[in-house]
Amino acid sequence: MTSTTEQFADLAATTLLRFATAGSVDDGKSTLVGRLLHDSKSVLTDQLEAVERVSASRGQDAPDLALLTDGLRAEREQGITIDVAYRYFATARRRFILADTPGHVQYTRNMVTGASTADLAVVLVDARNGVIEQTRRHAAVAALLRVPHVVLAVNKMDLVGYEESVFAKIAEEFTAYASDLGVPEITAIPISALAGDNVVEPSAHMDWYGGPTVLEHLETVPVSHDLTACPARFPVQYVIRPQTAEHPDYRGYAGQIASGVLRVGEAVTVLPSGRTSTIEGIDALGESVDIAWAPQSVTVRLKDDIDISRGDLIAPSASAPATTQDVVATVCHVADQPLAVGARVLLKHTTRTVKAIVKEIPSRLTLDDLSQHPAPGQLVANDIGRVVVRTAEPLALDAYADSRRTGSFLLIDPADGTTLAAGMAGDSFASQAKTTVQADEEGWDF
Amino acid sequence: MTATVAHLHEETDAPYALSHLDALESEAVHIFREVAGEFEKPVILFSGGKDSIVMLHLALKAFAPAPVPFTLLHVDTGHNFPEVLAYRDRAVARHGLRLHVASVQEYIDAGKLRERPDGVRNPLQTVPLTEAIQQLKFDAVFGGGRRDEEKARAKERVFSLRDEFSQWDPRRQRPELWQLYNGRHAPGEHVRVFPLSNWTELDVWQYIAREDIELPQIYFAHEREVFQRNGMWLTAGEWGGPKEGESTETRLIRYRTVGDMSCTGAVDSDATTLDAVITEIAASRLTERGATRADDKLSEAAMEDRKREGYF
Repeated sequence: MTSTTEQFADLAATTLLRFATAGSVDDGKSTLVGRLLHDSKSVLTDQLEAVERVSASRGQDAPDLALLTDGLRAEREQGITIDVAYRYFATARRRFILADTPGHVQYTRNMVTGASTADLAVVLVDARNGVIEQTRRHAAVAALLRVPHVVLAVNKMDLVGYEESVFAKIAEEFTAYASDLGVPEITAIPISALAGDNVVEPSAHMDWYGGPTVLEHLETVPVSHDLTACPARFPVQYVIRPQTAEHPDYRGYAGQIASGVLRVGEAVTVLPSGRTSTIEGIDALGESVDIAWAPQSVTVRLKDDIDISRGDLIAPSASAPATTQDVVATVCHVADQPLAVGARVLLKHTTRTVKAIVKEIPSRLTLDDLSQHPAPGQLVANDIGRVVVRTAEPLALDAYADSRRTGSFLLIDPADGTTLAAGMAGDSFASQAKTTVQADEEGWDF
Repeated sequence: MTATVAHLHEETDAPYALSHLDALESEAVHIFREVAGEFEKPVILFSGGKDSIVMLHLALKAFAPAPVPFTLLHVDTGHNFPEVLAYRDRAVARHGLRLHVASVQEYIDAGKLRERPDGVRNPLQTVPLTEAIQQLKFDAVFGGGRRDEEKARAKERVFSLRDEFSQWDPRRQRPELWQLYNGRHAPGEHVRVFPLSNWTELDVWQYIAREDIELPQIYFAHEREVFQRNGMWLTAGEWGGPKEGESTETRLIRYRTVGDMSCTGAVDSDATTLDAVITEIAASRLTERGATRADDKLSEAAMEDRKREGYF
C-alpha cells in the first residue's frame, strides 16, 4: 500500500463503504480499529505522537493503538467505550466510514445504532474463547438490522499458535449460527490485531489461509446496490416554490430517493392520498436528468398540480406500497425510561411523524439464545421486543426486510422528544430462526 | 430529453453507483431539507472559512431555484482575517442573504468578557454565540464541524441537542439511527446540526475543486509577515503579535484552517491552486487541527470541555 499523492490522485472516483464493528474491549476491538487506521496510513503524525506520549506515561513499551479511538474523558478514566464513535479513512480504492460500537451487554443500542446504516459488520471473537453469548448477540443484531455483509474476525490467533483447526471450528460454528438467522453473506478471517496479521498486510504465520485480509475484503466487497433493486420510494421532505419573477410557477418536491430508480415519464401514486400523476422532470441538484436512483437527493416535478406536502410518499403506480395504521414490528428500546403497553408516542417514519399508541408488546427477545419471553408488559433500555402500534394516520410502510429506509421508524416521547425505540416493520429475522418460548421470567441480564 | 448527469457515470464503474462525493453531497442536502421541514428558525454559522462556504454551497443547491430559507450568523472574534471578512460580505450580498453578527469585541468593550492573557479569543466565542441563539430565538444552528476533526467530535450526532444554556451532554445525546433525525426539543432548547459530519478534510477540498467553489485567497500560498509562537506561524498584526522576543519574517505560507488570527497557524506551502492544495493535503502527515490550531492543544480534553460549555 502506498500513502502518497498517487494514492489519492483518483480518489474522486471511489465509492463509500459504511461499516460497523462489534466486539468487546477484551476481544481487542480497539486494537483492530487502531491497526486498520495505523496500517492504512490514516493515523497522522500528531495523533500517533499523542498516543506514544500517553502510552509511555503509563509505562507501556509499545504505543497502545487502542488509545487512538478512546474519545471522551469518562471513557479514558474508566477504560471503556460508552458510545458510537465514527472514524474515517481512505485507501486508493475506497472511502470508509466506520461506526465503532462498544460490545458490552448494556450497550446493545449502540450496536443497533451503528449497524442501522452499515453495509457491512465486523464481528470480533477471541480465538481462545470462540463463539460466546456475546458473539451470538452480535450476530443476531447484524441479522436483525439486515446488514448485507458480515465479517467474522477471529482475533488473537497468535495466542493459539496460529492453528488452522482452531479457526476452522470457530468459523464453522459462527457461519452455521448466522446463516440460520438469515445473514446473507459471511466471511471469516483469522487475524492478530496486535501483531498485524491479516488486518492490512497478509500474515506470514498463516499460509493455510488463502483469503483476503480484513482491509482487502473491505475494499472489494460490493457496496450494497440493493437499494436500486427495490421498487422506487420517494418520501417528500420539502416543497420548493420560489414564486419569483423568474420561476413564477415552479413547484418541486424535494427529497432523497429511499430506494429504487425514478424515471421521467413514469406514472406515480402519491400516498397516503392515492392521487396519481406522471413525473415531468427530475432536478439532480442543479442538473436536469431523466433518471435518478437511491440514495440521491433530488427534486421531482409532476405533470399535475396536486396537493402534496412534507410527509407524503411518491412511488411508481405499478409498485406502490399499501398503507396501514396497524404497525407490527420488532423494536430495539434505546431510552432509559421504559416503554409500556398503552404508551402514547410519536412515530417517525421517513419524513412523516404521526401520533401512535403502543397496543401490545407480544414478546421480548433474549439475543444470547433467541428465547422469547411472552407479554413482558414493558421494554427497558437495550431490550429487543415485538410491538403492535396503532397510528393516528395511515403510513406507507414497507417491510424492513424489503427496504431498510422505508421499513424503519422511531418511537419518540411526545413530552420531551426522547427517542424511545428504533423500529423495524415486519418479521424479525430473514429465516424464522428457532426461537424458544420461555413461560417464566428468568434472570434478566440488562 | 436531457442527458443524465455525466459525472455520476464517469466516477464509478457500477450502474446505479454513486461516487463518495455524490453520496456525501446527497446526505448533506437531505440534512438541510430535514431542518427546513421541521424547524421554525434555522441559522447557518458562516465565518467565510472553507467548511462554512461548503455548507452554504450545499444549502443553495438543496433549495434551488428558490432562495435558501435560512439566515446566517457569524461570531466575529475581532481578530478575523480581513480577506475572510471581505469574502463573507461578498457571499452574503451575492446570494441576497441576511447576516447576523455577534461580536466578541463588543462584549469585551462592554465589560461582559475579559481578554485572556494570551490574547486567544476563540474560547471567548461561546458566550456571544449562545446569547445570540437565545435572543434571536434560533431553534436549529448549522455548524461546519466534522467528526474527523477531533476525538470528542467523533461521538457527535448529526442532530445535537443543546439545553437552554447551549450545553452539550454526551450522555443526553439521542441515538441516531438510519437517516431518521429526531429534532424535537423543548422551548428554549435548540439543536446544532452538522451536515458535514461524515466529510473529511480531503473530501471538502475535493468537493470545492469539483464544484469550482471560490475561496478566500488566504487558503492558497502567498507571502506573509509571520512570527513563531507555540510552534506555529502566526500573522503579525495589532491583535497581539509579535511580542518582545518574537521576530517577524516573510514566508511563503497558506492556511489549512481559518479561524482567529491569534490561534490559527499557517503552514509552509507553495500550493497556489486547488489541485496543488489537494496534493499537499493528501501527502500531509499532520491532521488539520494538529498542524494549525493552538486551542485544541490546551489539554487532551480541551475540545470536550468547550463543547460541554456550548462551543461547537
